[in-house]
Formats: sequence, structure tokens, C-alpha cells
Amino acid sequence: MNTLQLAVADGVTIARRNALKIRRAPDLLGGVIMLPIVFVLLFTYVFGSMISLPGMSYGEYLLPGIFVMTIVQSAQITGYTLTQDLQKGIFDRFRTLPMSPSAVLTGQTISDVIMNLTSVVTMALVGLLVGWRIHSSPFEAALGFLMLLLFAYAFSWVTATVALALRTPEVFNNVATIMSLPLIFLSNAFVDSARLPGPLKPIAEWNPVSTLVQAARELFGNTSPAIPVSSAWPLQHAVPVSLLWSVLLLVIFVPLATRLYKRAVSQ
Amino acid sequence: MPDAIVAEGLVKKYGDVAALDGMDLTVPEGTVFGLLGPNGAGKTTAVRILTTLLKPDAGHAAVAGFDVVRDADRLRAHIGASGQYAAVDDHLTGAENLEMVGRLYHLGVKRSRRRARELLDHFDLTEAADRPVRGYSGGMRRRLDLAGALVANPPVLFLDEPTTGLDPRARIGLWDVISGLVAEGTTVLLTTQYLEEADRLADRIAVVEHGRVIALGTADELKDQVGGDRIQLSVTNAANLETAARTLAPLAAGDVQIDAAALQVTIPVTGGATSLTEALGRLAAERITVRDAGLRRPTLDDVFLSLTGHEADDKIEETVR
Repeated sequence: MNTLQLAVADGVTIARRNALKIRRAPDLLGGVIMLPIVFVLLFTYVFGSMISLPGMSYGEYLLPGIFVMTIVQSAQITGYTLTQDLQKGIFDRFRTLPMSPSAVLTGQTISDVIMNLTSVVTMALVGLLVGWRIHSSPFEAALGFLMLLLFAYAFSWVTATVALALRTPEVFNNVATIMSLPLIFLSNAFVDSARLPGPLKPIAEWNPVSTLVQAARELFGNTSPAIPVSSAWPLQHAVPVSLLWSVLLLVIFVPLATRLYKRAVSQ
Repeated sequence: MPDAIVAEGLVKKYGDVAALDGMDLTVPEGTVFGLLGPNGAGKTTAVRILTTLLKPDAGHAAVAGFDVVRDADRLRAHIGASGQYAAVDDHLTGAENLEMVGRLYHLGVKRSRRRARELLDHFDLTEAADRPVRGYSGGMRRRLDLAGALVANPPVLFLDEPTTGLDPRARIGLWDVISGLVAEGTTVLLTTQYLEEADRLADRIAVVEHGRVIALGTADELKDQVGGDRIQLSVTNAANLETAARTLAPLAAGDVQIDAAALQVTIPVTGGATSLTEALGRLAAERITVRDAGLRRPTLDDVFLSLTGHEADDKIEETVR
């Protein structure tokens, strides 16, 4: 086997290990299936019953936002799992094996994107039950889901980088929560970013989460002519800019996480 | 006989502290080498360098003919390592853990599965094979971790404090397993804090302190230096302590130690139980009441005491704290 085949085979082995772990660990499984269901139901019924939008139901407007919120949060499992593994001896075992060194991170991120796929499918099904509908072509809808998963994969590498820099599960959890809440709520996920006051408006409009939410709304057809899209450049070109964001995150954070991993385990 | 492990002048520094300060080692193929020393002596650092987990700051080492830095990638296919902290995955079953290791050694799916079952059998884990490891006892985890190190039948095996934290029964069980491996011709480097363990398993022992080897020899050679068994006895009256030590001095094969706080006298002897009877007789003749008395095997502290004139370092810190 050549180096690339080895890296792929080892990545699959590690991904398989993580998938087994998720199945066995009730806390992780709860985060993957139960929490997304709770999010969809809570937001749809609590906010959906209070807020009305011109030309469409708030529930339909909301669901792409909940998709994005969930994948941003689920991607943190990548970082959390890495910090936990760092505390144990398992990386030492891996590093004395003739395996590809990159496999630990690729395997971890791949299993987490599979987990995110499970979350998104769960949310879509529950969404359909509570009245969310896709109004676009199947091709566009498929592109929408793929785009969400690509972003989830890229964001896993971001949390991996943060985790490998911080190294302890407790510190990582705190930092990840503090980082992700503004990312999620300073966006158009739940409100129209164009109506935010002062400096919050440009921040929300250039937030990659907003771009992704807008792109998801467009690809699932959850838009209404009565709600104009913000004139900010990323929101005007939401689909290509979302893809660009994902690629950019991967280009920056894959090498960064890889380097930090090597540093973290060679002490 | 070619050497399975050769290390020359290994140095590893963390800031100003030298974890390894010019360590030399030579381990012939098919033998068991024990690194004996207290916590912080540099044993684990040495193992981490030899298993490619760390790069030395100076010096060089080769294992199974491969340089640990230059040929690290190729070397990893020829070694197995089992650490102080059992490197097993809690959520996976015993079988899944070993299968994963087999796959990462690139044995292929079928061979990995078969090898996992073989090892589980061999290590008496068949019954627990399909249970998640989080329910395993400490001894079972260590056995599984050791099995993980053996998946690819490596010719050189590194065991870093394989029995630390195990109860006596589990420890003896693991010793039997390790002895079995050695009988099959595996070269083993093991680190330990227990003289008894090194004695039981190792052909040759290096005593390590402050990152260097301070004594090297067979267990018997070391024990000759250390002076065999110890009589340890305590008196009921502090006033009698000095007299007791003086009375027993002629029986001692080395320095007499007095622990004033514990009212305890320790003397190295060569005559075993006979010496103990003799000692008690002499004390009775002096009308010194003995609270308890016994014969014990020399410990790591005794080794350090006779080699360096002080006890193992971390022990001293513990007493001070």
C-alpha cells in the first residue's frame, strides 16, 4: 500500500472506532439525536407561536437556522473527544503503531461528520413532522444538505485546533461555549440580521454562520419575496460564499490542527 | 548475539531539568532488561524515546537495528509498547480494541480479528471479550493493554511499569504472562519501581537515578551489593534504641539504620531466619523488649541507600511533605 492508501485505511479504522464509541456513549448519542429533536420542537413551538413573518411561517424560516446551530455545536464533539483522548494513553498507543499519523484527526473528523449527518437527518424528519417543507428542486435540496455537512466537517477541524491548543476537556468546553454562542446568535439564524442595531448588523451580516443559514434557506426554498435579503455581499452570494468559507476553514485549520496534534502528543 | 536495543548518551531536557542525562543501554536479543528506579528517574522518558514517542536532545539509539529518530516509521512495525496508563479504549470491547490495533498494524481485517481472539484466549479474557472495557478490572485492562502490544508479534517489547497499581494477585498473574513471552524469545525492556519485580523478570538490571544508570548487573550482583535480607524490628522504649542498634551491629552485613520516630532498627543480614533468631536472642540477653520483628526482602530504597547513601529521591520528598 502506498502512503495515501495507508492514510485512508487508517483513517477509516479510526473513524470506525469513533463511530462505535458514539453508539456506546449515551451522552454523545443524546447530543446527536435527542438534542436536535428538542431544538426543533422548542424553537418551532415557542418562538413559532409568537413570531409571524410576512409571506411564510416562522417555523420554515427557522429550521435552516436550527440546522446550522446544531452542526456548529455538534462539531465541538470533535474537539471534546480529542481533549478526552489526550488525557488517556490511547494516542501513545497509536503513535507506537506503524499507522499514518494524520489518521487520528481525519478519522475523528470523518466519524463526526457522519454523526452530524445523523443529526441533520433527524432534524429534517422532525421538521417535516412539524410543518417544515422543502420548496426547491431535489437537486438544490441535496446540495443544501451537502453544503451543511461540508461546513460541519470544516468546523470540526476548527474545534480540533482549539482543543489541541487547550488540551483539557474542561477548559475546551468553556472556551467552545463562549466562542460558539455569539457565532450562532449574532447571525440571521433566528432574526433578520438587517434589523439588528448599530455595529451588530455588519458583524451578523459577515458572520459565516449567517451566510450558511441564508444559503440553506435559498437551497431549501425557505425564503419569501416579502422578506428581502440583506444587501451585504456575503448574503447576496450566500451559496458560493458558504462553500468558500468551508474551503477556507479547511485550508487554514487542517494543517494547523495537524501541527498542534504532533506537538501535543510528542511531550 | 546481536543487540536488540542500543542507546548511547541519551539526553532529554525539559527546561533546566534533565530527564535523561547521558543514558547508555545495551540489551542483547532475547533477554529481559529491567530499568529500576523511583518516579522521575527518567525511566519513562527513556522508554518514550526508544518507542519513537519522543526525540532525544542528544545521543542516539537503535532498536531492532532501526534508528529511533531516522527510521522511526519503519521501526514501529517491529516494536510493541505497553504503558503505565493502560492505552485501551473504554467504550470499545476487548475484542474491538485488539482488532483496531491489528488493523493499524495493517494485518488486514480477517487476520486482525483472528489475532484478537487468539490473544484474548491467551490472556484469559475470552469471557470478557465482547464487553466494553470500561467494566474491566485494573488487572484485566493491563492484560488487554499488554495484548495490544503483542498483536503484531513484535520482536522487541517495551513495558513501562507493567504492574504499577495492580493488586498482588493481578501482579503475579501478569508476571507469569511476561515470563511466558520471554520464553518464546521476545526481547523485553521493562521499567519498574520494584526490586522484586526486576529480580523476578529481568536478566540484567540497570538502576537509574537522575536520568543516568548508576549501577548495572544481574539481580544477584545487585543484591550482593545491597546485602540480601533485612531484619527490621522495633523496640517499645526509645531509651533502648541505641543499645539495640549496638547489640545487633556485629550481625549486620552492612550499615545499621535507625529510625528514631518509629523506634525501628534495620540491619542487612546474610543468614536469613537464623540471623533473626540470633538477633532476638541477643536483645533478650540485654533485656530489651521488642514490639515486633521480622525479616524482609531488600527494596528499591535499600538499593539506593547502598548505592548512593540516600533513599530513592521521591521517597525523601514524600517524607518531607
